[in-house]
Amino acid sequence: MEGTAVLERVTWRVAKVVAVHDETATARTLALTVRDWPGQIAGQHVDVRLTAPDGYSAVRSYSIASAPNSDGRIEITVERLPNGEVSPYLTKELMVGDDLELRGPIGGWFVWRRDQTEPVQLVAGGSGIVPLMAMIRARDSAGSFAPFRLLYSVREPGAVFYRDELQALSDQNNSVIVTYAYTRATPKDSPRPPGRIDAALIATGTWPSNLAPTSYVCGPTSFVERATDLLIAAGQDRERIRTERFGATGERK
Amino acid sequence: MAIISRGFSGRRSAADVKLPPGQYLTTDFPVLSAGPTPHISLDRWEFTIDDGSNVLKRWDWKSFRELPTETITVDIHCVTRWSKLGTSWEGVSLDVLLGDLKTDLPYAMFRSYGDYTTNLPLKDVINKQAWIAFKYNGADLEPEHGGPARLLVPHLYLWKSAKWVKGMTLMPHDKPGFWENLGYHIYGDPWKEQRYSNE
Repeated sequence: MEGTAVLERVTWRVAKVVAVHDETATARTLALTVRDWPGQIAGQHVDVRLTAPDGYSAVRSYSIASAPNSDGRIEITVERLPNGEVSPYLTKELMVGDDLELRGPIGGWFVWRRDQTEPVQLVAGGSGIVPLMAMIRARDSAGSFAPFRLLYSVREPGAVFYRDELQALSDQNNSVIVTYAYTRATPKDSPRPPGRIDAALIATGTWPSNLAPTSYVCGPTSFVERATDLLIAAGQDRERIRTERFGATGERK
Repeated sequence: MAIISRGFSGRRSAADVKLPPGQYLTTDFPVLSAGPTPHISLDRWEFTIDDGSNVLKRWDWKSFRELPTETITVDIHCVTRWSKLGTSWEGVSLDVLLGDLKTDLPYAMFRSYGDYTTNLPLKDVINKQAWIAFKYNGADLEPEHGGPARLLVPHLYLWKSAKWVKGMTLMPHDKPGFWENLGYHIYGDPWKEQRYSNE
């Protein structure tokens, strides 16, 4: 039916930067208020469009980091890529009060909905934490009792996003269980030497397969491949594993 | 009316490279998949063509690899906005697979190991427009890129080029596959920027 398919464009909306703060030396969170924002589901992303004075424009996708709310405010966290076209601008140039264009929310697969009550296993590699953080925040703001665990693999302690908030969420009642895995350098008190995730870490840092969790795995392709293979080897049902991958040049976070 | 981004200049593609709207060039090969990568052994692999009730054609890996192959060099365009130029594949044309099959059914649902599906008009996969590819840059296709074999329909966004393909079901009417059910366009022409359905 392609001849009759109507092309309906996702609407571009104006977003105003209302706050910025650095998560790490290379990542910044942008808080945006979006005119006529329709709301989102945790895990969805937005397209951001930048336009140069001569009309040239570039669009990239970024996961929403904040929980769904009704006040038209969203946050995205952007990792600056050394040779990126858009991420250096978003993390260095953009200031509070600036406008940019945005459309979404986009994506209906890599999402957690507040009516899901089953155990959830989140597995993040690097900035793959962003959509998973939206799910953790959505669970908290919804008062959900769905059992959540997060296995968060990062290069080094300084590369952790949302550290204080994750600490607070894992200290409270009805907590999210957080396990860090460091690949290059660990904190002094770390029980495990630095290294890629392995079967031992999956065994201690994720829900056992008999709980039949739904798993969300997000990170660079090689990380996602390894993590999902390990989860399946540990007995997880492959049909309950959802993934989102980004490549070296993909600025999708 | 676009908002001008103060201080943004961007990086233009070389003037002689024509990309579909909203795409940028990459030289690596990112991966987009909804779930874990299936690892399919060749002695289990098969490709079938059916009409929804009867299997019309069937190949195992051995008989599939005895079919004539073609080397294809094409540009590919992912809905997540990267484009990659001059990719080289080896595969079996759908024209060979369909062969003398006579059908009035104008649509097909391609089915994959791992339960992925994607829909295509039959006229988009005939006449040298689609292949079942099993080599990329001269080497066996990696599982994460769809090996042992994937559909290759380079004139549409790459999600239509189903990884780990195992068959096609001919259909009287079009209906959405996996991503098409999740808000992506029913057809997916990158030159018309048909990314999303109705958001």
